[in-house]
Amino acid sequence: MATASPALPSPGRYRRIFRGLLIPVLALLTALVAGALVMHLSGDNAQDAYIGLFKGAFGSAKGWAATIRKMIPFILTGLSVAVAFKAGLFNIGASGQFVMGTVFSVFIGINFEGLPMAIHLPLAIVFGIVGGALWGAIPGILKVYTGAHEVIVTIMLNYVAALFAGWTVYAGGSQGQTPGPLWDRTAGPISETPDVLASARLPYLFDPSYRIHYGVFIALAAVVFIWWLIYKTTIGFEIRTVGQNMKAARYAGIRVNWTVILTMGIAGGLAGLAGAVETLGLNHKFAPEFGGQVGFDGITIALLGQTHPFGVVLSSLLFGALDAGASKMQFDSRVSADIIQIIQALVLAFVAAPMIIRALYRIKRLPTESESTSLGTSWGGS
Amino acid sequence: MGSTFWKRSSLISIGIALFLVVMAVLVNLTSLSQYTWLRVLFGVSALNFTLRASIPLVLGALSGILCERSGIINIGIEGMMLAGAFAGFVAKTNTNHWPLMSSLIFSVLIALAVGGLMGLLHAILSIRFRMDQIISGTVIIILAAGTSSYLYDRDAIAQGKFSSVAIPGLSDIPVIGPVLFDNPPLTYLALLLVVVVHVALFYTRWGLRTRAVGEHPRAADTVGINVNRYRYVNTSIGGMLAGLAGGYLVLEAVGQFQEGMTAGRGFISLAAMIFGNWNPFGALGAATLFGYTQALQNELLLAGVTNVPRQFISMLPYIVTIVAVSGFVGRVRPPAAEGKVYETEGGTE
Amino acid sequence: MEQIPVLEARNITKRFPGVIANQNVNLTLYRGEILALLGENGAGKSTLMNIIYGLYQPTEGEILVNGKPVQMRSPKDAIALGIGMVHQHFQLVPVMTVVDNVMLGSESVRCAFLNREAAAARITELSERYNMAMDPYALVEDLPVGVRQRVEIIKALYRQADILILDEPTAVLTPQEIEGLFAVMDLLRGQGKSIIFITHKLKEVLRVADRIGVLRRGQVVGEADPKTATQSSLASLMVGREVILEVEKSDAHPGKAVLEISDLRATTDLGDTALAGVSLTVHAGEIVGVAGVQGNGQTELVEVLTGLRTAKSGTIRIGGQGMTNASPRRITEEGQSCHIPEDRHAFGMVDGYPITDNLVLNTYYQSPFARGITVNRPAIEANAAALVEKFDVRTPSVHLSGGSLSGGNQQKMVVAREFSRPIQLLIAAQPTRGIDVGSIEFIHQQIVAKRDEGVAVVLVSSELDEILALSDRIAVMYKGEIIDIVDRDDATREGLGLLMAGVKEA
Repeated sequence: MATASPALPSPGRYRRIFRGLLIPVLALLTALVAGALVMHLSGDNAQDAYIGLFKGAFGSAKGWAATIRKMIPFILTGLSVAVAFKAGLFNIGASGQFVMGTVFSVFIGINFEGLPMAIHLPLAIVFGIVGGALWGAIPGILKVYTGAHEVIVTIMLNYVAALFAGWTVYAGGSQGQTPGPLWDRTAGPISETPDVLASARLPYLFDPSYRIHYGVFIALAAVVFIWWLIYKTTIGFEIRTVGQNMKAARYAGIRVNWTVILTMGIAGGLAGLAGAVETLGLNHKFAPEFGGQVGFDGITIALLGQTHPFGVVLSSLLFGALDAGASKMQFDSRVSADIIQIIQALVLAFVAAPMIIRALYRIKRLPTESESTSLGTSWGGS
Repeated sequence: MGSTFWKRSSLISIGIALFLVVMAVLVNLTSLSQYTWLRVLFGVSALNFTLRASIPLVLGALSGILCERSGIINIGIEGMMLAGAFAGFVAKTNTNHWPLMSSLIFSVLIALAVGGLMGLLHAILSIRFRMDQIISGTVIIILAAGTSSYLYDRDAIAQGKFSSVAIPGLSDIPVIGPVLFDNPPLTYLALLLVVVVHVALFYTRWGLRTRAVGEHPRAADTVGINVNRYRYVNTSIGGMLAGLAGGYLVLEAVGQFQEGMTAGRGFISLAAMIFGNWNPFGALGAATLFGYTQALQNELLLAGVTNVPRQFISMLPYIVTIVAVSGFVGRVRPPAAEGKVYETEGGTE
Repeated sequence: MEQIPVLEARNITKRFPGVIANQNVNLTLYRGEILALLGENGAGKSTLMNIIYGLYQPTEGEILVNGKPVQMRSPKDAIALGIGMVHQHFQLVPVMTVVDNVMLGSESVRCAFLNREAAAARITELSERYNMAMDPYALVEDLPVGVRQRVEIIKALYRQADILILDEPTAVLTPQEIEGLFAVMDLLRGQGKSIIFITHKLKEVLRVADRIGVLRRGQVVGEADPKTATQSSLASLMVGREVILEVEKSDAHPGKAVLEISDLRATTDLGDTALAGVSLTVHAGEIVGVAGVQGNGQTELVEVLTGLRTAKSGTIRIGGQGMTNASPRRITEEGQSCHIPEDRHAFGMVDGYPITDNLVLNTYYQSPFARGITVNRPAIEANAAALVEKFDVRTPSVHLSGGSLSGGNQQKMVVAREFSRPIQLLIAAQPTRGIDVGSIEFIHQQIVAKRDEGVAVVLVSSELDEILALSDRIAVMYKGEIIDIVDRDDATREGLGLLMAGVKEA
């Protein structure tokens, strides 16, 4: 059109942050109200539930400790999904990468007795990152070279990872099958690993009863690193360009295939780091049922955080609190902790479709704001 | 040109299904039956299990085909299935005191209805609210998992499930009879639906318009077809089929509900849809292949294969799915307008 | 004799957010006439037609068909009123057959099933009556562009359209195909159909129209009689000022060979042959135009030359260096070449990125824009400020997204970026497609200036006028081959047209 678009003042920094927070906060509030409605309809007392939830999460030092403790894996898996989103990739495979990270780090953690901590602990963490990164790179490689969509591949790999991890700690069956390589021989028929050696454990901060470990710092360091990587480096420019317009990226001479694989590797590495930190800092051993929900949580956390590393921290705080408060909520109000999952799904729905929130609260869209997060559009080609 | 290959890849998956049937006939009716491993691989029991495992995948793939042929990506099949399964279960446990058949049929209808509602929700989120279709599908999955866990009453028990109905005459054919013509009703229904969807897609006005809407919505719009209406309808019907798949699991295959019982079947259905090149018969063939890997897992364990850890045998269906998707995507052609929001009032000039 | 118009638009105004696309437009169309609607890109022609076809609702004004006011809420209503439209971008489903495409939306049905035989019979009958042969069961994706257009026309006639809107129908045709289209239009007019013919090509208007309406900035700025009007009078009416129809340029002084292509072969994404042995040499200081009907391998040629598509065989040398299947980055760096892509939204820019980042899209990693692996924002911003100024990219701020610019300014942004580094080879594909006349003139001058600096230029265009205006030599592509190369001075429209249709005189 001939007419020039009206001059737009570029919005100030604080205003931009405010606008960025507006939709997620309203989405959260709306989801809580909708969750209350669900509870009400199924005969539960929503008020008691939310009070219990809040008390459980923030009502005591223990509650705060639980919230912070639970934030750690959320931050890392949220970052994992967020980084992939930046390159236009949908990583539903964080749980598989988490599991592989766990297996790899536990392998180091239960072996090599006598290594000094300064070597043993970092080695175990690095192995966790590597395990997750390899598992994340597979769907990247398949996408690039065969066109297989990462959504299907990552999900299938979640199941494969769970089975693989199950095998590593397998106690051996009645049919006399060989037990898995990481199985704790002293555990009898229970399928789990021995405890990680003390030299590979992340130390506790504060009082050990709070069980907050140094993983907090690892998670926060990862946030800053990813922020720097995505927004301040040429690698980040390449990742974002691939995510915005893959053809333009090729035109610009960016090695798109490599960038896709690298991004999936970074995403996998972050999820693997989550698995490593969670095991080396908190659980100290590994049983096969770990890691199930962590991937889907990561998706919601990443989107709620607007796929920005700092946003991920805020949404992890929320998810940590929901998780930490859930058991007290269930105890106090007899509302099933599963309501949390419904609330999370609703948060995701409202965040991913800002149109709903804008329509509900009659907020005008700024021309600089996009309609919604957009991923690839089809299963087809590379 | 392009079209010959398009047919070829769905022929591959149909070929796999035919191969299984032929091998089964050969192995069971000839002297080949003396080889134990052949009996394990192609016995009637393996094929029976294959069909049972394929049915939810076939229904899920048909669900995907209906949505995607109209241009809506549906990765929420897993959630729609789970919702259907749970709804069917709740309906069944609340009607245990009814006569078995009416209780079961009522429960199937509820599963269909709830699946359809989930489909409608997916359509509303992705069309009306322009949510990314992959994320909207994820919302459906999480919502279904959360709601079914939250509402699940662990003490409830469903009494009774669909039992087999032998088709007189046909069920007496050796090998093929017991595999294909002695099944419970939803199995027949699912196989019938493959034919129905195929005919509907390629030989009716509705099918022509659906495909046009999925390939080139603007072309459909310019001849006066309401693009989004077709998408709403198709996605809702697709949801119903996924719900039926869930109903099948609870009311015919297992008889009870377990949390997360769909166990990735919705995603494998998607792979079957892709492998089958968005064609109902192709999807049937692909679903048979994936079902067979599950059957194989079962048969190998029953046959006492212990030198391979059972976890590795259990990986088979998932790995075969990855291989199939890697080998064929890129060479198949998805509906062109898939995943894109269609706006009637397209931009300015 | 006062006749009732078959179609009349009265005081049509259409506003989009921030833009007035049409303002008080009046238009009448009589039975059995061809009305040409002339206007440059963005003048509001398509919006007006979309209103008449029911795709848009006018903000103000009314439409009358056969003297009666009508309300059209969707194309369905327009079709029912006997209005048919052949869109500039064909509205055909490539993977479906002709018969499925034609009957879509007006299907013949027998007992709930499609009756393809009946529809095919009608298509055959129509195609014979209007002299447009086609196979009803052919897949549309297998048909040449000219035939696809006929399918579109049949589609309208199948719905018994009396009023046909042809939106830029000649843009994709060879001169001979254009003659064929005009013959069909004559036939239709003879049978009492009325046609609105939308174009920005002056020659065609004079050749075929009964009356001419000119649109500028959403308003009807004049009517003309094709018997008295001239090309230059129409041009100044269309643009609102005197237009230089010819690009001023001196003779070329070709130097050493910069781009040497030998026996290049490549396929399309679907594996069909796209390039069947292309050989071409382009020297420093000359512009070689690559002409041809779209889809004859030009797109693939550009992609192979710029590293975006793999060559199956053959060689490419740039400045003496072997560049066959080199990466895009190596071709830009070592080959010192730059590329104006034919589809700027797909390749040339990232719509969501600010102008600053779009201007360093392929140099972001070089000094001074990067220091090591960290990006240097101040340098990127200074670069943007300088280029926006130099290349006349009109925007209130370099921080706005590239997608917010008008088409002409987007293209100037792409050109600015590509011309901002030292180059020996310029590959320009459809450099002025869909942009306003002012930007076209600017970009043409820039391309000629580069030639005069000694850059070798490959200009791929489906606009024969652009090829003729800029080129020193013209290579014509047909079915993946360069069927002939002619000097500009020896080239005629007719001769090129025959070559574009694959006819090579001995």
